[in-house]
Amino acid sequence: MSALPTYNFAYLDEQTKRMIRRAILKAIAIPGYQVPFASREMPMPYGWGTGGVQVTAAIIGPHDILKVIDQGADDTTNAVSIRAFFEKTAKVAVTTRTREATIIQTRHRMPETPLAEAQTIVFQVPIPEPLRYLEPRETETRVMHALEEYGLMHVKLYEDIARHGHIATTYAYPVKVEGRYVMDPSPIPKFDNPKMHRSPALQLFGAGREKRIYALPPYTDVVSLDFEDHPFAVQHFEQPCALCSAKGVYLDEVVTDDRGGRIFVCSDTDHCEERRAAGFTGPQDGSGKADSPNGPAASEGDAS
Amino acid sequence: MYVAVKGGEAAIANAHRLLADRRRGDASVPALTLEQIAGQLALAVDRAMAEGSLYDPELAAMAVRQARGDLIEAIFLIRAYRTTLPRFGNAVPVDTGRMRIERRVSATYKDLPGGQLLGPTFDYTHRLIDPSMTGDVPVEPPLRRARTDAGCPRVTDILGQDGLIEPDQPDDREPGDLTREPLEFPAGRDLRLQALARGDEGFLLALGYSTQRGFARTHPFVGEIRIGLVDVEVEMPEVGFPVTIGRVRLTECQMVAQFKGSAKEPPQFTRGYGLVFGQSERKAMAMSLVDRALRADEFGEERNAPAQDEEFVLAHSDNVQATGFVEHLKLPHYVDFQAELDLVRRMRRAQATQAAASDESASGDDREAAE
Repeated sequence: MSALPTYNFAYLDEQTKRMIRRAILKAIAIPGYQVPFASREMPMPYGWGTGGVQVTAAIIGPHDILKVIDQGADDTTNAVSIRAFFEKTAKVAVTTRTREATIIQTRHRMPETPLAEAQTIVFQVPIPEPLRYLEPRETETRVMHALEEYGLMHVKLYEDIARHGHIATTYAYPVKVEGRYVMDPSPIPKFDNPKMHRSPALQLFGAGREKRIYALPPYTDVVSLDFEDHPFAVQHFEQPCALCSAKGVYLDEVVTDDRGGRIFVCSDTDHCEERRAAGFTGPQDGSGKADSPNGPAASEGDAS
Repeated sequence: MYVAVKGGEAAIANAHRLLADRRRGDASVPALTLEQIAGQLALAVDRAMAEGSLYDPELAAMAVRQARGDLIEAIFLIRAYRTTLPRFGNAVPVDTGRMRIERRVSATYKDLPGGQLLGPTFDYTHRLIDPSMTGDVPVEPPLRRARTDAGCPRVTDILGQDGLIEPDQPDDREPGDLTREPLEFPAGRDLRLQALARGDEGFLLALGYSTQRGFARTHPFVGEIRIGLVDVEVEMPEVGFPVTIGRVRLTECQMVAQFKGSAKEPPQFTRGYGLVFGQSERKAMAMSLVDRALRADEFGEERNAPAQDEEFVLAHSDNVQATGFVEHLKLPHYVDFQAELDLVRRMRRAQATQAAASDESASGDDREAAE
């Protein structure tokens, strides 16, 4: 090799960033609409956050403070890897604190701490098309969006209710944006859907493999699809976090032994750490004895 | 006492360290050189270049070595590098009619101008493992034919003289580039051919095979396969004529398929086209079969097989995309799994309650019947 490869600030060349920014601006102008963009091949695999990484790379500046989470945690391997990528290529400051971050890239969760104005959250999206599993063809689904033809989605939700008595979608639960586009909120648990509604933060969604960007500008109406007699409800955990006693947060089930022992802890590790630093402690109930045979299990209630 | 899991960073660093060690293998054995890989594993290098869509044998050899011989990983390395390269223009379309031919076979004519030339092929070798492969037994130097300046016209050009095959449609528009613009359906043939040329060999092979077995049968004949070096030329506005900037080895396959004709078109043969970097007949042939199958609409053919379905073929032919998304399933999904776990438990409880209730009423019925 004559010259070793060198890379631009935040990896992408400026032309590419400009192209992505144009797509982002269009997405912000039409909330919930999927804007095609010329997704680049990134140095990490498709399906591992290439869309989110490209969006972050296009908007990040030298003075930004970046937080990266996966499954709500800052230290899951892929979050560590993406954070290290930006530390290396953009030399930006990073943090695990939700409040300190100016850009938060996430996979599968929204932080428990409410986001504020001037913050941007970037979601990694595997399948941006909410209608994909009802109609696999892009050519068809684009027409359905254009004509606002969402009957198929309502039929699917209705069939769930007819079969199970409730809507059997627990994550990537479809939402309607500003009364127009049906949008995939990315595979966050439906527990997080209400956090999107009128959030003061800018919410950007990047799907690299599928070459789509979409957005929710601050204070956008984001309504989870439901029926009058079957209103949308989020998961509700019956017990608090075993480490910090937090209630009304999303919990991860941790198996503690091979005899059915399990505890529930905060999925948002930063939230949990902050609470513990402030002196909150949890029951640390590793025995699982108090649990019912089927586990403590969240129940669906109107506890939202 | 449960403590929240930490240490992703150290785990990643240690994993990479172990990987580097495994990649190197036994340190007492000399490391592979790039010359050895490019020279002796040339077809692996060719595949990495073809599907990486970057012609650079030395870089491809590096990628093959870094990827421990995993070709899709090597292709991925090349793609991730290629995407950062600046584009400074399009070459003049290469003229495969002026190829310096290493191999050229036609299945449609016994003999033809330029002749049949087997070249370096596995065809007609008996696939017996050669004991001499354990060592380095000297091989005989190859024979060379005298260089001739006689041309080697393409079979499709010969057929075209009688109008028996559809003419090539020249197109002066700048060809599309799916690595720079998002692919939208329906895609033009330029984009389809680009996608197929970088598509996964195995996927295209299976699709091409499916057309032979009746899923979109096109009655194909290998008009011609040719492998060799062609000049790459670019127009230099300063000098006013095209200038050769290098040479690439290409494999071209022209598949000749039947067409009955329509009200507007007389009966004639149609084309399927395959063009691949390096020496890869399998890929070029499969590509030409799939290209022909994808042209169903042009000939008013019914579209009902996977190989004819543009969206299906183009959306799934890229192995870097496919491997990324399939393998992302090993990333943590415990937030979503937690939500599903909860749902399954709830549904099981509901079913158990229902079953218990119906058992009760059923036993009540029994009593009634007994009375």
